[in-house]
This record gives sequence, C-alpha cells and structure tokens, in this order.
Amino acid sequence: MDSKVLINEEQFELILDRLAHQLLEHHDFSNTDLIGLQPRGIRVARRLQVKLSELLEGKEIRCGELDATFHRDDLMMRDKPITPQANKMDFLVNNRNVILVDDVFFTGRTIRAGLDALLAYGRPKKVELAVLIDRRFSRELPIEPTYIGKQIDSIGEQHVIVEWKEDGGSDRVLLFNSKPE
Amino acid sequence: MSELSIKHLLGIRDMTRDDLELIFKTTSEFKEVLNRPIKKVPSLRDLTVANLFFENSTRTRLSFELAQKRLSADIVNFSASSSSVKKGETLVDTVNNILAMKVDMVVMRHPHPGAPHFLSKKVKTTIINAGDGTHEHPTQAILDTFSLREKLGDDLEGKRIAIVGDIRHSRVAISNILALQLLGATVRVCGPATLIPKHMSDLGVEVSHDLDETLIWADAVNMLRIQLERQGGPNSIAFFPSIREYTIGFGLTQQRLDKLDKQLAILHPGPINRGVEISSEIADGEHSVILDQVENGVASRMAVMYLLARQ
Repeated sequence: MDSKVLINEEQFELILDRLAHQLLEHHDFSNTDLIGLQPRGIRVARRLQVKLSELLEGKEIRCGELDATFHRDDLMMRDKPITPQANKMDFLVNNRNVILVDDVFFTGRTIRAGLDALLAYGRPKKVELAVLIDRRFSRELPIEPTYIGKQIDSIGEQHVIVEWKEDGGSDRVLLFNSKPE
Repeated sequence: MSELSIKHLLGIRDMTRDDLELIFKTTSEFKEVLNRPIKKVPSLRDLTVANLFFENSTRTRLSFELAQKRLSADIVNFSASSSSVKKGETLVDTVNNILAMKVDMVVMRHPHPGAPHFLSKKVKTTIINAGDGTHEHPTQAILDTFSLREKLGDDLEGKRIAIVGDIRHSRVAISNILALQLLGATVRVCGPATLIPKHMSDLGVEVSHDLDETLIWADAVNMLRIQLERQGGPNSIAFFPSIREYTIGFGLTQQRLDKLDKQLAILHPGPINRGVEISSEIADGEHSVILDQVENGVASRMAVMYLLARQ
C-alpha cells in the first residue's frame, strides 16, 4: 500500500511539545480539563496530560475520554451499526474550560457529535479544540480547531493514520492514497 | 465485529456467541449513558417503534419504553385489551395497519409461541420478541447473562448456573438455557418433577429435584417465579399440593444459604412472590442481583434496538 510519512518520530515529539506550550499560554489548568475523543483522540489527550503535568511541576490535570458514537448524525444511514467505545468521564464540566482533543480533524462532524455528547456532562464555560493533524479545505461544518499540530492538504479519498508507540510501532503520521486494510 | 448476524430478535436460538458479545459490549456503554446527569442520547431520533403487547406486562413494557425514550425514538403503545383484536382482527392485519402509519420497528409480546417468528415472515419491519407464550424471552436472557457476567466475571465458560422453579411455564428458562450454553456455561434446572418438562435433558442441561444439593453445585442461581396464574383452574390437578409445600422443597431461604460455605449470585426475573420461591431477606440481601437486573434490562434493550435499527 502506497503511503507517505507526513510526520516522523522526531517531529511528532516537537509538535506535541509545542501544543502543550500553546495550551499553557492560555490556560493555567486550575479550571481547565482535557477531554480526548474516542477512539484515537484519547492518545493525544493522555500524552498532552503527561507533558502539561511535567511543565506545571506535577500538577494534576483532569483528562476525560468521551465517545460521541451515540450522537453521530449518520448512525441510521450506515450499513452497519458503529460499535461504541468506552466513556470515561468521572467529572462534570459545569463552568470549566474544556479542551477537546482529537488526532485528525477532517469534516468537523465528529467534533459536532462530541460537542453534543459533552453537554451531557454539564455546561462548560468555554470549549476549545486541539488537534494533531488538520486536514484543511475539507470542512462540512463551520467548526475550526483552536490549536493545530500540523496542517496538511489532502483529498477526500486519502486516509491519514496516526501510529503510536503504545501500539508497538513508533510515533508517526502516514498518508495513504486509499483506505488501508 | 460490529454487526449482528440477525435481522430480528426472535429468540436466542437464532443467535451466535459473537452476537451476544457485541450486545454485551454495547450494553456496557449504554449503562454508562444511564448513569450520566443527562441520560438521553439522540441515536434513534429518526426511528418510530410500536410496542405491541397482546399479553399483560409491566416491567418488560416499562423497560422497553424507557430504553426507547433514552434513545430518543418515537413510540406508540398498543395493548390487546383496548384494541380491535377483540373485534376479530388478525395479527397480520393489526400489524400491517400500524406499519402503514410508517413504523420502523415492532416490539411484541404475544401469548402464542412463535407469533413473532410468523410475523417476521409476513411483514417488512424489524421485530423484537418481548416474550411469546412459554417459548422464548430473549431480552430477559440477555440482561440475565449480562448481570451474571458483572457478578461472576466476563467469561462464563465452565461456570455453573442453576435455574430453579417453574421450568414448564417459563420462557425465561428456555432463553436463559440457550444463552448460557452459547457462552459456555453449564446449566442445571431444578424443581418439582411436575414443573420440569419431560425431555429437558435433550437440551443438554442437568435435571435435579434437590435444591440443597443444587445450591452446593452452583456458582449462581436464577430463581424463577411460580406462575400462580398458570397452575390450572379450580377443577384441574395442581402441579404441587400447596404453596407451603413448594416453599419447603424449593424456596430459597437464609437457612439454606447458611449451610453453604460460599457466596452465590442470586437472580430473579421478577415479579417476586416473596416468601414463596425466595425469602425477603435474600431478595433484599447483598448477594441479590435483582435490582441490577432491572437496570441492566434498560441498558441491554437499548443495545438491542441500537444494533438492529437500520434504514
């Protein structure tokens, strides 16, 4: 399968470091929570949580895992049902600043569903969006990320896959010309 | 796997182990939804469900209705006692009339075994069996096995489950036996000989008439309700001499449990006859899973409808 490395391991680490510092420019994390979107956004959120905690000298940062499956707008149109992932939200977000985190930002529909799902846990003061990869020029809804790891140009049929050390490989981002097996 | 191998939920007999595992996984996620401050998700907001109850039911109907509301589906309710069924309309006509009003899914309870199977061949819609006579009650078996997994661990392989009481009149028993066997558990039925059908062992289950010995054998016990309304009329021969005698032989009491050197998970599909098949102190005790079953009932019915709803 033809693929191209968009981000290698070294760049990957730099991007996450930069994202963490950008978040710190705007938040002291006394009233801010990270929430990763299932399934892959939680990886980004957990890494940012560790980095931020180090930068803030061990401060504890809350990080939730949110699954937006039940709030998607295409559930009944699909041939097969989507298997839901686990929600791990052990706190409420009333009056908190929330940073939603995902790996690849594409049409904006997952984030729309995520915003909807988030409201079941209270009314946040402010919601921002941090993404590792922004596939720009492919929006279907008027939603834009607040913090961006890297912007890339791609067309609809292409697939962007983020690989993680935790899964046995190395940290990198690949672009495929069609959906990989 | 993200798809069920079935198009309708008619009985556990048509299902595979993978189907059950997928439903369990989805049920866990819906259970989390039910414990959120806002317990409603919009997943089935473009679906209309008809609940057709040709036989009385309180908890199953409530549980289905709540599950549908939590999924944002639109619902219409129908009960045979207040309908044209009394005027002689056939089942297929009744259902086709309701479907003509653009209903996408039918949840049906019917006194005749096989009624939902028959209907699934005659009409074009998704059918969920909420109990057909003394045949099957698949969602009850799903919630029972889900509750057992919460208590005994995710793998029921080799676990020993006893189903005690009125097996003869119980759709819960048959669906539970099939579901437990799919999951690899060993099943034993226990009750007076008159309440156990003749060829029970053909299903691959053990048969016992000794509750005390069965309790020693089992890891969990499902106490079925004595269906007093099905024990025959005043002139027929009863299945057991008296309720008191039934309780002495097959009622679960604290004295019986005190004789064991282990803890049993105790299930009951409800409604409970307190003091008959189970004593109050056990029904309300710490090893009783009865109220977990009710909570899991809503979550598992949400999962079933979520997985079967397609346009």
